[in-house]
Amino acid sequence: MAPPLQVKQLPERIVHATIDGQRVAVPEGTTILAACRSQAAEVPTLCFLETLAPVNVCRACVVEVEGSRALVPACSRPLETDMVVSTRSKRVDKSRRMVLEFLASSVDMSLAGPDVERWMEEYGVDPDRYGPKAAAGADLDARAGRHGPTVGAERATAAQPVKVDNDLYVRDYSRCILCYKCVEACGDQAQHTFALAVAGRGFDAHIATEFEVPLPESACVYCGNCVGVCPTGALMFKSEYDLRQANQWDESRQTVTDTICPYCGVGCTLELHVQDNAIVKVTSPMDHEVTSGHLCIKGRFGFEFVQQRPPAAEPR
Amino acid sequence: MERHLSADAATADERAAVDAILSRPPSPWVGGERSPHALHAARRDESAVPPRDLLLPALRALQAEAGGVSRGAISYLAARMDLPPSDIYGVAAFYALLDVDAPPEAGASVKVHLCDDVVCQLAGAESLIAKLRDRYGAEGEPAGGVSWHRSPCLGQCDRGPAVLVQRAGTYAADIAIASATAEDVARAIADPTPAPTPPATVPQAGDASLVVLRRIGRVDPADLDSYRHAGGYESLRRALALGPESVIQWVTDSGLQGRGGAAFPTGVKWRAVASQAARTHYVVANADESEPGTFKDRVVMEEDPFAVVEALTIAGYATGAEQGFIYVRGEYPLAAARLRHAIARARQRGFLGSNVMGRGLSFDIDVRQGAGAYICGEETALFNSLEGRRGEPRNKPPFPTVHGLFGKPTAVNNIETLLNVLAILAVGPERFRAVGAEDAKGTRLFSLSGAVMRPGLYEAPFGTRLGAVIDMAGGLRPGRTLQAVLLGGAAGSFVGPEALDTPLAPAALRPIGATLGSGVVVVFDDTANLRHTVLRIARFFRDESCGQCVPCRVGTVRQEELVARLAAGTPRGSAADEIRLFHDIAQAMRDASICGLGQTAASAVDSAIRLGILGREGGPA
Amino acid sequence: MFGAGGGTSSYEEIENTDLIILWGSNARESHPIFFHHVLKGIRSGARLMVVDPRRSTSAQFAHLWLGLDVGTDIALANAVGREIIAAGLVNHEFVQKATEHFDAYRESVEPFTLAVGEELTGVPQDAIQQLAHEYARAPRAQLCWTLGITEHHNAVDNVFALINLALLTGHVGRYGSGLNPVRGQNNVQGGGDMGALPNKFPGFQNVADAAVRARFEARWGRALPPKPGWHLSQMFEAMERGDLTALYVIGENPAQSEADAHRTEKLLTGLGHLVVQDMFMTRTAELADVVLPSTASWCEAEGTVTSSERRVQRVRQALEPPLGTKGDLEILSLLAARLGFPWGMPTAEEVWDECRSLSPMHSGMSYGRLEALKGIQWPCPDESHPGSQFLHGRLWDDPVGGPKAGFHPVQHEPPVDQLSDDYPIRLTTGRRLDSFNTGVQSGRFSSPLRRPETLNLCPEDMAALGVGEGEAVAIRSRRGRIEAPVHSDTTLRPGLAFMTFHFPDQVNTNLLTVDAWDPQSGTSEFKATAIAVERLASAESSEPHAIKVGV
Repeated sequence: MAPPLQVKQLPERIVHATIDGQRVAVPEGTTILAACRSQAAEVPTLCFLETLAPVNVCRACVVEVEGSRALVPACSRPLETDMVVSTRSKRVDKSRRMVLEFLASSVDMSLAGPDVERWMEEYGVDPDRYGPKAAAGADLDARAGRHGPTVGAERATAAQPVKVDNDLYVRDYSRCILCYKCVEACGDQAQHTFALAVAGRGFDAHIATEFEVPLPESACVYCGNCVGVCPTGALMFKSEYDLRQANQWDESRQTVTDTICPYCGVGCTLELHVQDNAIVKVTSPMDHEVTSGHLCIKGRFGFEFVQQRPPAAEPR
Repeated sequence: MERHLSADAATADERAAVDAILSRPPSPWVGGERSPHALHAARRDESAVPPRDLLLPALRALQAEAGGVSRGAISYLAARMDLPPSDIYGVAAFYALLDVDAPPEAGASVKVHLCDDVVCQLAGAESLIAKLRDRYGAEGEPAGGVSWHRSPCLGQCDRGPAVLVQRAGTYAADIAIASATAEDVARAIADPTPAPTPPATVPQAGDASLVVLRRIGRVDPADLDSYRHAGGYESLRRALALGPESVIQWVTDSGLQGRGGAAFPTGVKWRAVASQAARTHYVVANADESEPGTFKDRVVMEEDPFAVVEALTIAGYATGAEQGFIYVRGEYPLAAARLRHAIARARQRGFLGSNVMGRGLSFDIDVRQGAGAYICGEETALFNSLEGRRGEPRNKPPFPTVHGLFGKPTAVNNIETLLNVLAILAVGPERFRAVGAEDAKGTRLFSLSGAVMRPGLYEAPFGTRLGAVIDMAGGLRPGRTLQAVLLGGAAGSFVGPEALDTPLAPAALRPIGATLGSGVVVVFDDTANLRHTVLRIARFFRDESCGQCVPCRVGTVRQEELVARLAAGTPRGSAADEIRLFHDIAQAMRDASICGLGQTAASAVDSAIRLGILGREGGPA
Repeated sequence: MFGAGGGTSSYEEIENTDLIILWGSNARESHPIFFHHVLKGIRSGARLMVVDPRRSTSAQFAHLWLGLDVGTDIALANAVGREIIAAGLVNHEFVQKATEHFDAYRESVEPFTLAVGEELTGVPQDAIQQLAHEYARAPRAQLCWTLGITEHHNAVDNVFALINLALLTGHVGRYGSGLNPVRGQNNVQGGGDMGALPNKFPGFQNVADAAVRARFEARWGRALPPKPGWHLSQMFEAMERGDLTALYVIGENPAQSEADAHRTEKLLTGLGHLVVQDMFMTRTAELADVVLPSTASWCEAEGTVTSSERRVQRVRQALEPPLGTKGDLEILSLLAARLGFPWGMPTAEEVWDECRSLSPMHSGMSYGRLEALKGIQWPCPDESHPGSQFLHGRLWDDPVGGPKAGFHPVQHEPPVDQLSDDYPIRLTTGRRLDSFNTGVQSGRFSSPLRRPETLNLCPEDMAALGVGEGEAVAIRSRRGRIEAPVHSDTTLRPGLAFMTFHFPDQVNTNLLTVDAWDPQSGTSEFKATAIAVERLASAESSEPHAIKVGV
């Protein structure tokens, strides 16, 4: 039998191309997005995450490639030899503005983070161009294409009641931009539990458990990895949700401390978000090779025991 | 894989419906019974897991059996196919002809889908709807086991209004009726043996000088011998004599371009697949004809099914594929039945199978039916649908010729395109290309409907003037004047009367911002309410967007809202403001959408604004 | 055999291997994030085999599941080893160059034909053969185990039986091939690293080694006893004999976590002096003379822990501890002062630096480097060393660096608590995804998955007993009797039952378990208890007396 395997590395092929007038050289297979980032050219992304395979659905990352009729998603398209890429052409800027504006006009982006806020400013997003928001509806229907006729006086939105069906996390799909990250993280990109899928179609497409059952009836194992990848606060730890509801959530008063999970011996790094000497949520660093940002139910939620201690008894 | 299955159990009938599709015996490992032989060891036997592409057939079978897809049935399917229930639910909830909301006792339910799309609107769809509302209550509310639903185009535009009756249970059947009356619908609901469908409207039937339609009306679609007497299988014989390389060369030399809408050179596509070193190769006939106003492929499949089988066999031979699929839209039950019959006959007679025509060629064909989704006509969405997934298009590149069905090199061709191959092999590329226009060779099928004397399927050389094509259908009804023509369907454009002299060929149409698309010609006379038509088109795209990418998912909604405002004469700000907003929406959908649906979703509205149908200052007249 | 106790591979290698064997491990529920690495391995083409009496959730992802009878791991491993030899699949080059005692091993496994293997383990011959052949032929293979191997009276022999297989095939010491105990608690590995073993100093240095002792004595200025201490099971025996009368328990709950809970509680109560240092008033603390309220070491104090891949990582203080509590380090320092050793109040980093100065395998791991490198895998001998992704690469050097690795022939011994007509059902134990050990930590959060303790039985046994889902039954072992509701579980087979320890206040499973322990590791045989299950008289039934079911 063979001694230690010598993996023969093929010499890496280098691709030469032009991005915003600059010549670039990157290893073959590098995406346009990665190449742009190596050039410090900012390309906005919403559905892209380093730890997940790109689904290229948000189209915020589109760039213009000479010779290509439509714009091209930078997150998934590899850079090719002699490609000429513009990251800030008029067409690109228009599309980015519209993508952000479409989202802002239909979902609540208020917790999508400072980058998104900055891009909205930068690209001149004005969701009110589409008229006043329609009143919040009930849950989106599961069935394809089911919606009433419109007279166009109000703009349709994804507004709907928050789903609170367990004590660990809530689902506020009025914030969902359908980036598929939760489905990917619950599925074969990480957790392999497959509690979530995309159901319905078109504007009625939505993230769903099987037959829209509440989480406790679903396959969910409460690893919280969907919450960990959600970019807009549509999935939120109940601890955070409750504080926000009570108007007490205050990130300026929070610290984030890295430590190691107190349960099994795998050694997952936990980021403890602490406000007023209480753990208010637990995340894990995306770039840590042990977890890739993922945890299990115990690491994610099993911290209550340190906060539920009675005052220490006097030593006898 | 661990599977969390609901406690709901499938009924015996549901299980039987699934088992009939998933014919392989279940292993104790995957979805089978707990076996005493597997208490101390178990192997994951991948070969016992039914291939995922049987999911849509299984879901269709459940719909037919139970009038809906129940939670228990999905649990059973999940166990049998080793798939997550949520995933199966997501797939089922994508398709309009699958019902995941049906009450558990749906059993013998009937769903009546009424076309209220562009053409059927001209043919009195609303009055039929009014009658059904009287008889069966409000839309979508089951009454006495019957519910009715508005539907996008059912592909019967030669004889609207059209209805598809989906009958579940013991007398399960999908029954297409056109032109339909309320009495026809009642009969289809009640009568276990539905009346035979009248033949398609092909006014040129019997004309042997035609290229594509030459056999229509001359052959019995159920009889292989009749097909052979009309010259059937001579083209395959010629192909086998020529060899794959020469077949591709002939097709290339003929100048044949795809007839589905994109007009890509067929020979180039075939060569790209044939030259892929990776095996297996596939050929797929795209019969998911769903572009509103289009019915050409339906007619060909219903009336000349052996020709489709022969042509796909040639495509398989040329590209090195041993398996072909015909993906027929779910609304075409008769076409699917006739194709299946033709395939069985061909197999019986050695025209399919492991030794085609005694020449050692191995090739076979499977017919798969869609379940109500326009997007599945997009080739990569079609692959996903065929593979048992939601019909969401894939990003291109990689292109299907490299990474197609099941990730393998795949040639996808429209039915009409394939039929032209028979002609090319029969007469040679030179004679084939002698007909047509400079930039488009051969003839074209036109699905002609609307305000003409004789709606129907017509064949005419590329480059024939629009007015001449309308004249083939007897022109407008007496006393009426032409208001506009919708060319290319919902994804196409409106043109005005001044376009009557324009030759129907790509280069000639380009200056007026139009394309032939799938060959749709819908004629509107002065009685038509075009604003209403434009709004219906906008609603169509909102309904049919798969929802995957933001520009299309939201853009189609914003477009519909905007069109509704313009059509009602209640713009936000001025009409000019609305038109500026429209151009922003349209540009984003065109530039940033993943697939052709989003990229063309604003085309018809754009043309309507250009023609002044919408957005004239001062609102509608 | 290999010196330091720790997994030889890193998690990354689980993703880059050709065959993963989980032996006595339900990682899907007990080590979910380790299982993520297994899943990545499978996605990259690795095959998964699971050896477990239950067809566990992990087994449901496997290409092959071998459902051996509880406590027959050595029989199975020896049958696998014999088959590898018989089929000519031994990696002779490796065996010759890097190992010793092969002949003794070959002789010891000779009786374990496939047929004998099937007879002893219940696993069909073809499955044993398949595992043997695939393991031997795989270019790279990972053999991983957990408490299913170690919670037996012959735990160390079980481990030797697995190590023998790796030596036979050369699946150790190379990138992608290794032997990995996946640790059950977050710092079991670190405890061992730090010398919390009766015979070791920090860094797995032998107490018996005079040269090692001399270094520690020089640093600490005290003579150190050369005699190893007692491990846990020996301590309880010493209590029984009256040799041990005072006990200082830090962060453990033996009153509920030890086997044969009746006996444990009796011994703890009988102590002359019991001190418990814990962050909770546990059952053990309730028995104590002195309770020292301490802090949560993972979030209220500074320090390090070591994971199953030998990665030393920092734990940090995120919270202010409750009033009245003190950190473990502070308590120990104060205690030392009271006892006449006023060593002051060192910081965690100062203690760590002292450890680094005495434990060569930790020498290069400064706090700064641990921070910068997101943990370091030992050995890391100096501050320019990146840490060690895998161990024992030396075995592949030519000639082998250092001593050869020895085969350890081991013989099959059935579980101590044998099945009989009176106790016909084998009870095994394990964890559920959302719970942990006695539930002291995991019981405090509101898990939607949580359901109370049950006796899990297969549907066939439930039918034979005439009990329905949720019906309470009496469970007797040779040590005790408890009651619990029944739960139908298709991962089991007739004669095999399953419980957890998660809810001792509801059902004290450890009243049933046997305190038979492994003489080398001191671990009790939690995994194999003989029980009888009886319907309760009050249960709705016309049956006048209990029904027993057998294998």
